[in-house]
Amino acid sequence: MTQAPPISEEVAKSPLAIHGLTVSYAHHPVVHSVDFVTPPGSLTAIVGPNGAGKSTLLKAVLGITRRLTGEVRVFGEPVEAMSRHVAYVPQRSSVDWDFPATVIDVVTMGLFRDLHWWQLTRRHHRQRALESLSRVGMEAFADRQIGQLSGGQQQRVFLARALTQQAELTILDEPFAGVDAATEKAIVEVLKQLKREGRTLLCVHHDLATVRDYFDHVLLLNVRRIAAGPVDEVFTERNLQATYGGRLSAVQLARLLEPADVAHAGSGR
Amino acid sequence: MSDFMMFSLVPLVVAVIIGMTCALLGNFLVLRRQSLIGDAISHVALPGIVVSFILTGMLASTAMMLGAGVSALVTVAMIELIRRLGRVETSAAMGVTFTSLFALGVLLLEWHDATGVHLDVEHALYGNLESLIWFEGTGLAALFDPTALAGLPRQLPRVALVGVLVVAFVAVFRRHLVLGSFDPDFAASVRARPALVDLLLVSLVAVAAIAAFEAVGSIIVIAMFICPAAAARLMTDRLATQIAWSQGFAVLASVLGYVLAGYGPGWFGFDASLSAAGTIATLSGLILLAACVAGPRRHPAAA
Repeated sequence: MTQAPPISEEVAKSPLAIHGLTVSYAHHPVVHSVDFVTPPGSLTAIVGPNGAGKSTLLKAVLGITRRLTGEVRVFGEPVEAMSRHVAYVPQRSSVDWDFPATVIDVVTMGLFRDLHWWQLTRRHHRQRALESLSRVGMEAFADRQIGQLSGGQQQRVFLARALTQQAELTILDEPFAGVDAATEKAIVEVLKQLKREGRTLLCVHHDLATVRDYFDHVLLLNVRRIAAGPVDEVFTERNLQATYGGRLSAVQLARLLEPADVAHAGSGR
Repeated sequence: MSDFMMFSLVPLVVAVIIGMTCALLGNFLVLRRQSLIGDAISHVALPGIVVSFILTGMLASTAMMLGAGVSALVTVAMIELIRRLGRVETSAAMGVTFTSLFALGVLLLEWHDATGVHLDVEHALYGNLESLIWFEGTGLAALFDPTALAGLPRQLPRVALVGVLVVAFVAVFRRHLVLGSFDPDFAASVRARPALVDLLLVSLVAVAAIAAFEAVGSIIVIAMFICPAAAARLMTDRLATQIAWSQGFAVLASVLGYVLAGYGPGWFGFDASLSAAGTIATLSGLILLAACVAGPRRHPAAA
């Protein structure tokens, strides 16, 4: 092993800096040599087609999936030692909602790192969980069985659990999948509020039409990194076509891109 | 009274401890939809014990425990291998693994003729609950008499130790267990080591199954891993309450089953008794049936 090169100031300040990250399933790379430095205080979308490795990238970052190669640093330190600073909102469909637990039980799971095994969950822990719940407008549901919630409510509970973690960086995997418009709006509001507090958010996102409204940075991914940077600079026709392998129609693109971008990208062809 | 102390006290206590221990672990197996692993491991204890007997030539408990433990690990590895290579469901892989290994155990047993040393298929299935006689238990005073206590069947301290071990494991790792059962990805993201905790859980299932195997046989172990916890799940939507129900059901099945097996036939004028292990297992099945019919949470909550 060679000595790791000294890290740049950009990496040292980034809540999540990924370098040369490769993940493979059965000798087939799903994520290939991805570099990405998340700007502090940004609200970043990860965009790409199905099977582009978006969720896998997140899971490798979080240590859920083993990475083949690559470095992941949180504020310049290896992520393994810094996992306390990272909160995670998995896909809602990844868990069994028939589990015998109440809403407050699930939100309290966000305190896992703060509780030793001999400690009971005390009133102030419950209070912290209730505060998270009220931020997502779910405090009235604290003692509800989780199986009785709608999809949108389940998603808000997951977000509340991440809020309870009080982390610098929050990683979300498709938080808007299968939720109603009101929930989507409520979740976006919370994400923007967190951003205003100076926290960093990284979010797998599927709806190209809302990328401009919701996010300030974007990582376009299709196994490899296609492009990354501020939405205004990177979210262009050329980059999108490269990401989606030319499968987006002109009509789709016209709706996504601001007129200026279309003209710009068009002239580049 | 002395009859009870001598013949019934130890079997009752052993049955209750094993029932509660297996039911406690069973809660997490049910939540992980892994109930069959208890079934698999308690069956596979047989070939493990037979092989250790063939190798050492005796029925030493340490060697037996070791053999059964190794076979439990082999089982877990085989299940995982079949699941990946055969691309089948975990439950299918479990079914294939434990039936074939149990069959192998039966063949080994016949082929090696270990039957003379009190190791046979019947014993493996029904166990030996009624034979746990405390000869020194002649009266209440024996409970405070060190020499009499030293004569307690060795199965009792063994299952008690395993029971304490299991309770300690669940107490220490309760949050890990819940998190790993509900949301393994999130558990991994907060470094709750869900895979390691899963392995620990399966190992303890193996330890409990093996310790219980000799005393009560595999039928009761299988029933206690699944029935009380599954019935308890139908009673409540709260995990703590579910665990309490499962413990109550385990005690009820053990005590009532033991009494019914010993005295039930007599009440109907038959001069016989039933297998205690068989009756306890049947009762726990009936409790599950009752919960299926009348449990307040038998329908998943509507989304």
